[in-house]
Amino acid sequence: MTAAPLLRVDGLRTVFRTGAGTANAVDGIGLHVDRGETLALVGESGCGKSITGLSLMGMVPRPHGSIAGGRIDLDGRDLLQLPARQLRAVRGDRMAMVFQEPMTSLNPVFTIGNQIVEAILTHRAMTRRDARARATALLELVGIPDAGRRMDDYPHRLSGGMRQRAMIAMAISCDPDLLIADEPTTALDVTIQAQILALLRRLQREREMGMILITHDLGVVAETADRVAVMYAGRIVESGAVRQILRAPQHPYTRGLLQATPHAPTGAGRKGARLTEIPGLVPSLYDMPQGCAFEPRCPLADASCRRSRPTLSPTGEDRHVACFHAG
Amino acid sequence: MSPASTPGDPVLSVRDLVKSFATAGGTLRAVVGASFDVGAAETVGLVGESGCGKSTLGRTIMRLTDPDSGSILLAGQDISRMGRSQLRPHRRRMQMIFQDPYASLNPRITIGRLLQEPLDVHRIGSRAERQDRVAWLMQRVGLRPEQAERFPHEFSGGQRQRIGIARALALNPDLLICDEPVSALDVSVQAQVLNLLTEVQEEFRLSMLFISHDLSVVAHVADRIMVMYLGRIVEIGGRDDIWLQPLHPYSRALVGAVPRLDPDEAGSRDRVVLQGDIPSPLNPPAGCAFHTRCPVAVARCSGETPQLRPVGAGRQVACHLVSDGPGA
Repeated sequence: MTAAPLLRVDGLRTVFRTGAGTANAVDGIGLHVDRGETLALVGESGCGKSITGLSLMGMVPRPHGSIAGGRIDLDGRDLLQLPARQLRAVRGDRMAMVFQEPMTSLNPVFTIGNQIVEAILTHRAMTRRDARARATALLELVGIPDAGRRMDDYPHRLSGGMRQRAMIAMAISCDPDLLIADEPTTALDVTIQAQILALLRRLQREREMGMILITHDLGVVAETADRVAVMYAGRIVESGAVRQILRAPQHPYTRGLLQATPHAPTGAGRKGARLTEIPGLVPSLYDMPQGCAFEPRCPLADASCRRSRPTLSPTGEDRHVACFHAG
Repeated sequence: MSPASTPGDPVLSVRDLVKSFATAGGTLRAVVGASFDVGAAETVGLVGESGCGKSTLGRTIMRLTDPDSGSILLAGQDISRMGRSQLRPHRRRMQMIFQDPYASLNPRITIGRLLQEPLDVHRIGSRAERQDRVAWLMQRVGLRPEQAERFPHEFSGGQRQRIGIARALALNPDLLICDEPVSALDVSVQAQVLNLLTEVQEEFRLSMLFISHDLSVVAHVADRIMVMYLGRIVEIGGRDDIWLQPLHPYSRALVGAVPRLDPDEAGSRDRVVLQGDIPSPLNPPAGCAFHTRCPVAVARCSGETPQLRPVGAGRQVACHLVSDGPGA
C-alpha cells in the first residue's frame, strides 16, 4: 500500500425520503481516486451515479435527500465531519464539478467572465483585476477563441460546446485536486464531444487532477478513464482497470451492458446481428428485491441470489465484483 | 445524377428535395437538394449532427410538412404535391416512429384504442377482426394483450416505443421512417428495441429510413448509410464503406469521433478531432458548407459547392477532393 489516495469513499449511503417511501439511491459504496487518475462511474438511468457525484460535492437535493452514512476522505480528511463553512471552502476550491447541461449551472444573467471572476474571488485573495486576467487566461486554456471578448458574453450567446468549455474553465479556476464531470458530453454532438473529452484529458494530465467521470456511455469510458466502477441500483457491482473490465467483464450486468451496446461492424459483422438484450427493467429503488438487485434480469441467477445480496469482493489486484457467480 | 442503385424498383425515391423555413433570423434551408432511393426491404441509415436537417428530411418525406420543390416517389407515385384527400390512401403505406413515443401517443386513450384507431380510420376489417389485429400486434411487439386496457403513462419508455412500433405496423406499411427511435433509451432497453425493429423489418420486408445522430446505432441496423451536414447529403455508401472507409472528410471525422469500446482501438486511433463549432444552418458557409472545419479544404472549397456524384459502385460523395472511381 502506497500513500493514501486523493479521495477515498467508504460505505457512502444517500437516501431519499418521499411519500413513496425511502429509496437508497446510493447504497453503501466505496471507491478511491488518485491524483492524475480518471475513475469512470458508469451505469444506466437511476443507478445512483449522479447522486454519488452530488454526494461527494455536498449537493444532495434537499429536503428529500440526505447522506445517511459513510465517509468521504479527501487527502485523509473526512468531509462529512466538516462544519458547513469549511465544507464550502473545500467545494469549488479543492474539488469542483462539471454538469451535463452548463445552462443549469451558469447563471444566465451574468457574463461568463463575471461568473469565473466570482468563483476565483470566493476562494482566492486577489484583486478583481488579477482575477479577471486569470479568468481570461482560463478561457484561452480551454480553447475558447477570442477569449478577451467572450468574457463579456452571456451564457446564451455561446454554443453548447463553448458553454461546456466555459463551465470547465470555471471548474478549474481554483486548481482543484479533484474534478467530477457528470455526463459532460451527453448533450453535445459527437464531433464536439470528441473536442471536450480531449480537453478534459489534456487538463487532467497537465494539472495532475484526479477525475471522476460519470457517464452512461462505455465508449466514453474506454476513451477517457483509467479505472471504472459499474453501478447498478445504487451499488457498485464491479470495479477495476478499464482494460480488464471491458475485455473480461466478470459481473453479468457488465457483460450484458457490453453485449447490448451496438458495436459497429469491423468488416465481418452482419447487418442487424442480434444484440444481446438485458431482459426486463431496473427495479424501483422503492421496491428492491431482497437478494441481488440484478437477480430478476440475470441469466445466471439461482436460489442463492434471491436469498442474499452479494458483497463487492476482491477477485484480483484492484479488481472487485459483487456476484456469487462471477467469472 | 444516378443515385446508388438498389435491387428492384425502389420503394422510396427522393429527387432534388428542398425544404426551407422562414424564421426570425432569416431563411433556414433545412434540406438542400436531397436525392436518394430506399429499396424494397432495405434499411437506409441517415446520420448527422444537430441542425443538419435529417429530421426535417424524414418529416418532409412523410408529408408532415410541405416540400418547397423536388419529388417524393412512393412506389413510383409522386406524393410531393398531393392534397390531403389524394394523399390519404398513400399515408397508410408509410409510417413514422419518433424519439419520444410519449409525445406521439394520446395520453387519454388506452393502448388498445390507440392501436385500433388507424384500423378504424382506414376502415380495415370488421370490428372483431380489428380487435384480433390489435391483440396480434401487441403480442408481436412483446406486450401482453391484457395490457390493452392501460394508458400510455403506465408503460416504461421501452414499452412505449414498442407501442409506437405496433401502431406503425398496424396498417402493414411498406416504408417505416424511424427518427431517433432509441435515443432516449438506456442501452439495455435500446438493445431490446433495436432487436425488435430488426425483426419486424425482416419479417414484413419493410423498407426503412433510420435517422439517428448515433453512427454506431446506424451502422448496426443499416444496409446503406447517408451522411448529412448542414442540409446536404455529403456521402452515400454501403454500411461497411462508410464505417470502414469513409471518403468525405466530414464522414471521416464523424466515424473517428465515435467512442470505441475496444480500449486498444480507443487509445491508439489516429483520429482527426474537428476544430470549431457546427456553423448555424441559418448562415451556412458559402461553397462547401464543411470547408470552415475541413482539415483538407483548398481555395476551391470556399467558392464552389460540390455536388453529390458517383465515385464507384453504389457510392456517392460531395467533395471536390475525392477523385472518381473506387478506392479513391
